[in-house]
Amino acid sequence: MANATRIGLDQVRQQLRKPRSQLKGRQVSDEARVEVQALIGMPPAGGHRRDLLIEYLHVLNDHFHGLFERHIVALAAEMRLSVVEVFEVASFYHHFEILKDDAAAPRITVRVCDSLSCSLAGSDSLLRQLQRELTGDVQVVSVPCLGRCEQAPAAQVGQQAVACATAETVAQRVAQKQTHPNALPDAIGMDAYLKNGGYQLARQVAAGLKDPESIIQVLESSGLRGLGGAGFPAGRKWRILRSQPAPRLMAVNIDEGEPGTFKDRTCLESDPHRFLEGVLIAASVVGCEAVYIYLRDEYHEARLLLAQALADLRANPPCALPRIELRRGAGAYICGEESAMIESIEGKRGEPRLRPPYIAEVGLFGRPTLEHNFETLFWIRELLEQGADSFAAHGRHGRRGLRRFSVSGRVKQPGVKLAPAGITLRELVDEYCGGMAEGHTLYAYLPGGASGGILPARLADVPLDFDTLQPHGCFIGSAAVMVLSQHDSAREAALNVMRFFAHESCGQCTPCRVGTDKAAQLMTADIWDADTLKDLAQVMGDASICGLGQAAPNPIRCVLDYFPHEVGAEVKS
Amino acid sequence: MSTVQFTLNGQSVEAPVGKSIFNIAKDLGIAIPHLCHKEGLAPDGNCRACVVEVAGERTLAPSCCRSATPGMQVHTDSERAVKSQKMVLEMLLADLPEQGYKWLDDRAEAPHGELSQWAEHHGVQVRPALAVLKREAVPADLTHPAMAVNLDACIQCNRCERACRDLQVNDVIGLAHRGAHTQVVFDLADPMGASSCVGCGECVQACPTGALMPKSHIGPQKVDREVDSVCPFCGVGCLVTYQVKDEKIISVKGREGPANEGRLCVKGRFGMDYIHNPDRITQPLIRKAGVAKDVSLLDGHTDWREVFREATWEEALDLATQPLNALRQAHGPKSLAGFGSAKGSNEEAYLFQKLVRTGFGSNNVDHCTRLCHASSVAALLEGVGSGAVSNPVRDVEHSDLIIVIGSNPTANHPVAASWMKNAAQRGTRIVLADPRITDIGRHSWRKLQFKADTDVALLNAMLHVIVHEGLCNEAFLKERADNVAELKAHVQDYTPEAMSAICGISADTIREVARAYATAKAAMILWGMGVSQHVHGTDNVRCLIALASITGQIGRPGTGLHPLRGQNNVQGASDAGLIPMMYPNYLRVTDKSAHDWFEKFWDTKLDDQPGYTVVEIMHKALASDSDPHKVRGMYIMGENPAMSDPDLNHARHALASLQHLVVQDIFLTETAWLADVVLPASAWPEKTGTVSNTDRTVQMGRQAVLPPGEAKPDLWIIQQIAQRMGLNWHYAGEHEGVAEVYEEMRQAMAPAIGGIDWARLNAGSVTYPCVSADDPGQPIVFHDHFPTADGRVRLVPAEVILAAERPDAEYPFVLITGRQLEHWHTGSMTRRATVLDALEPAATASMCAADLRRLGVQAGQSICITSRRGAIELQLRCDEGTPVGTVFVPFAYVEAAANELTHAALDPFGKIPEFKYCAVRIQPLSAQPA
Repeated sequence: MANATRIGLDQVRQQLRKPRSQLKGRQVSDEARVEVQALIGMPPAGGHRRDLLIEYLHVLNDHFHGLFERHIVALAAEMRLSVVEVFEVASFYHHFEILKDDAAAPRITVRVCDSLSCSLAGSDSLLRQLQRELTGDVQVVSVPCLGRCEQAPAAQVGQQAVACATAETVAQRVAQKQTHPNALPDAIGMDAYLKNGGYQLARQVAAGLKDPESIIQVLESSGLRGLGGAGFPAGRKWRILRSQPAPRLMAVNIDEGEPGTFKDRTCLESDPHRFLEGVLIAASVVGCEAVYIYLRDEYHEARLLLAQALADLRANPPCALPRIELRRGAGAYICGEESAMIESIEGKRGEPRLRPPYIAEVGLFGRPTLEHNFETLFWIRELLEQGADSFAAHGRHGRRGLRRFSVSGRVKQPGVKLAPAGITLRELVDEYCGGMAEGHTLYAYLPGGASGGILPARLADVPLDFDTLQPHGCFIGSAAVMVLSQHDSAREAALNVMRFFAHESCGQCTPCRVGTDKAAQLMTADIWDADTLKDLAQVMGDASICGLGQAAPNPIRCVLDYFPHEVGAEVKS
Repeated sequence: MSTVQFTLNGQSVEAPVGKSIFNIAKDLGIAIPHLCHKEGLAPDGNCRACVVEVAGERTLAPSCCRSATPGMQVHTDSERAVKSQKMVLEMLLADLPEQGYKWLDDRAEAPHGELSQWAEHHGVQVRPALAVLKREAVPADLTHPAMAVNLDACIQCNRCERACRDLQVNDVIGLAHRGAHTQVVFDLADPMGASSCVGCGECVQACPTGALMPKSHIGPQKVDREVDSVCPFCGVGCLVTYQVKDEKIISVKGREGPANEGRLCVKGRFGMDYIHNPDRITQPLIRKAGVAKDVSLLDGHTDWREVFREATWEEALDLATQPLNALRQAHGPKSLAGFGSAKGSNEEAYLFQKLVRTGFGSNNVDHCTRLCHASSVAALLEGVGSGAVSNPVRDVEHSDLIIVIGSNPTANHPVAASWMKNAAQRGTRIVLADPRITDIGRHSWRKLQFKADTDVALLNAMLHVIVHEGLCNEAFLKERADNVAELKAHVQDYTPEAMSAICGISADTIREVARAYATAKAAMILWGMGVSQHVHGTDNVRCLIALASITGQIGRPGTGLHPLRGQNNVQGASDAGLIPMMYPNYLRVTDKSAHDWFEKFWDTKLDDQPGYTVVEIMHKALASDSDPHKVRGMYIMGENPAMSDPDLNHARHALASLQHLVVQDIFLTETAWLADVVLPASAWPEKTGTVSNTDRTVQMGRQAVLPPGEAKPDLWIIQQIAQRMGLNWHYAGEHEGVAEVYEEMRQAMAPAIGGIDWARLNAGSVTYPCVSADDPGQPIVFHDHFPTADGRVRLVPAEVILAAERPDAEYPFVLITGRQLEHWHTGSMTRRATVLDALEPAATASMCAADLRRLGVQAGQSICITSRRGAIELQLRCDEGTPVGTVFVPFAYVEAAANELTHAALDPFGKIPEFKYCAVRIQPLSAQPA
């Protein structure tokens, strides 16, 4: 028994350690609670919907130009979530800027795209110049693909897109506080769409005048495949979903994040109701009681347009509408992965799920879910009106159908090109893009965005379609074609996309989280450590959870296979 | 069970449908590396160390998350699979620091726990090309008193997150950011010590690499021995494994037990070092001649050597016992009384009550059950014929709805609360009915923050709704209940509208909850001291019994009545007869046959009149000399009435006025300061014996270390006293004959534990009633009858009775006392546990912000709380869960002892004091928060 320790201990307690004056952890401040309530409203009877978390974060982020910690704490309390449940979601998405309570929010954020096509167009120097010139409460950051590769270099001032950005055009918008989305006057509105026979099909399908089976047969015989990249036959998907127990849900993927891809945006910005009619037909045929449309956050203009189109549709519905919710992404490429998107719609971190189970069986909110890429649905009306053959009759080199290629890089006329499936790169550039840009000759190309690998000019005559590029270690994916010339290098392109993958990896699984990061570092070496990179490539490809990690090593393999001279590696025999 | 046939490493295997390839392989002795996978946690499949090759699949599959399908061909050891397994290990290892935190045994060359283990298994070493790319070091977070966070050893496997959120549902840990920046965070990436972390340490137990470690056990993991035991704190009864090194318990692991499945709370995991505190009494102490028993000695400023001298055991035992014998001789058996303890073993409780009954010669034996659930027991014995729970806590997983009333389970029964939160995650609706909204509120479907003291109004209104709307289970009532008509008639006037005005809950909400409870497929009621510690505590419980009975929500899985037991062995101590009106197994001392049986069993004449209860004994100590029942001498084992009794000034004076007081404890408690002889006893990890938890599960505690100095096992001390009082006891065998004591007790309690012999307990926990060796034990009782005389439940109507002392102009606030997560009971143990003391170092008074504003005071400010009986000074804490007009004070702090304020008014049936309600006034002491 120690000598008279009680006295000492108690005194020490009194002197040195004060008890907490509040409960453990952060407490909600009344002011923050009031501010949050003012923006998201009071909770309805059953409480706020958990799946709206990201939407609420947007509301706060837009209003305060960032997410202050006090608001995260208050939002958590309002939603009956723990603080960390909100924080882990908020911190996952790049568009949420989490700020200490005493920090000053940037007044304007300027985003400069650093993806391959924009990089080829000089986005690096644009970024540096803007960072030099725009200071104070203007924040200039580089961001992954903005989906405007045909307008490279692309930038955004606040929510306003800047095509073919220069330091001057950006600075001018900043000076004039032009941060709101551009208007899109050329889009086909509700009236024009209806005048042109729009929504008649949807009405007929809903009224039972068209047999679901016959519709599915049209899809099947047309050979339409999922145009987000995976290429799953659309008709078969509908058939599978129809056999699943109700309630069934539908999720539409307009998280067009694959670098080089901008076809969905282009179509959406021109003819939103054609897409919505496809949605209604799909939901009706498959029997989905609700539709969630997930639109990438970079597409502010398209979002306003789509919101208006939805409002017009609801005001004048051609048939009983399913519940349709428009959801905003928040800056995460991975949410283009179907199961990650579902997680994100549920208001969570966009971490892909392990499969099985497949989302057709256990998808959104645990229900069987029909998930489609935008463009797949965009085709529905035309296929049903014109018949399967109108689509299937197209094609070259033994392939069938039409593809929308997003072409960017060193071509004369970049843009979305509706071309026969199976067209070769050389044909695509020559016939649809006006040839190579002045002073550029073809050196290499990326046939399928960042994930699809890199091919050398000598393979410019390979048909571009699903399944045709696998023998060459590549795939077409979303048909985002980025063209490189003699002024470019494959290793720079590979490094650009590997950094992109490292930036966009969700971080869930070891091969992708560690592999993309380490590979990006190794790929900066003058002479590549081919053995280590190959080992990383193997584990990423074999053991990653989702397509991001599995495809991430494609550029490594392609450079080692087709461009070994650039990285000092042995030429593959 | 249907099975699938498939091929594993070339071998044909039949396995259950749905079973993971990993588990199938494991059963076949095939080891597959794994890091994110841990038994007990949902498989996550993120680390990819366990990938296997499935013929025909494009990529490898995580074996922890894949089940076999017919005809599948799986290779765990193909070149391709092993390549990825090894690469995953190498990639992770490449980012970990040289010096790790969780060495395999004492090998510094294997510093990263399970990662090192699997790296060795596969012979993985990090190549230089990856080693140079090691990620940037993260600074250590050492802000928590118990746990070190070294995220440089983190592999983002999220086991900690699943432990924190899926198991304990504390929801503190998450993985934030993404990609290579993915990081384990607490709340808003706050330092662990500043976060909402409740210190359960489940994350530490889950962490495979040592990124999260108990500070007391970093580096070499080798210990001298591991000892399996049971946690000494609350009544949940979590099983633990002590890690002993150099004769000290350096850390504690949760062990698979029926109540905890490996889970622990901050007390069980990080609160065990009280046993090594230098304040331990290590020598018998004798009060020095002429040192008065002055309550001012409790000021914390006196050196014990001014009051006591050290003595030998021989001398101390003689000096302890002789005056007891003399008092009995001079004033009769009623002049002596004994308080046993709910913190000791069943065997100690049994021997202690036997000593009082056969040695002291009266039934003046009681313990702290009187202060916690005496009213619950009174009502339950009257109503259902048994004072114990009907269903175990974990039965909430079978409930559609649970009512948690008058209980703060996340603080007082944290692991039990985790099962409730798990149930809520799966859709069980929790109704929290409590004047204070505590952490369980976030998981609740409805929160009924009724006005303190108005339990009966609320519950009668619910009964009214159920009766009025025809929601009674008439078949159940007809077959199994008595007094139904009287109850129905009684609640007629208790309309929700009328009661709403009293209890403050809207009539609509009362109706909604009553209907939900009545119509749930299975609904359970759990309650704590908020129900029992009132002058109408017994009435409160009568209402709960009525609720369960008229709806038939009892006798099935997921239903029933569960008074959450506070102390680790309050159930067992009560069972063992440590109560003045009952022999072991609740046989009334006034019951002639019981009386005769025990006279024969113990071969002694026994008193046939009930003894006095805790508070009554204090009164009797202050009785006039002419009172033939005046208590003059006491033996108190492990209880601290000088802190735990209501109206402490009164209780302390009573203790000080005793002619002779013997206190047996591990510390010089507030009670011990008033003793004539203090006997140094053993702490729980220093002895062997059994305890019975809130679920009626009997479990074995085992000695891990020796008592310090001359301290002795309590069982030995009791026997020494008995011997000196002329009792001829002989309990042979190791640990002071504990097994023989148990076996004797088993004879006395055959209907409860007859089937549980000592050897069976040594093998594992058993829930009683268990009447024979092949009886597996009965966690759920009352299936078809109640253990009452006629086998039926007796419904007893209750009237609304007001608290004994209501607020008024002079004392306008209501004081509610209770406990907090870190401190146990009177704090004698936990305030001497380093981590717990660091987490809650001083007394606080909790009030809501509205009251703080009204009083013009701020959180952190010092205040004085005064009642008609005393005054204490302490600091304010803002807690929005505290209702307006109310202040909450935990009673663990001697320097601001809440019980100096409380009122000793008793429930007439349970004789429990009204700790949960008295009138106080509040005055600021300092102008600004100190």
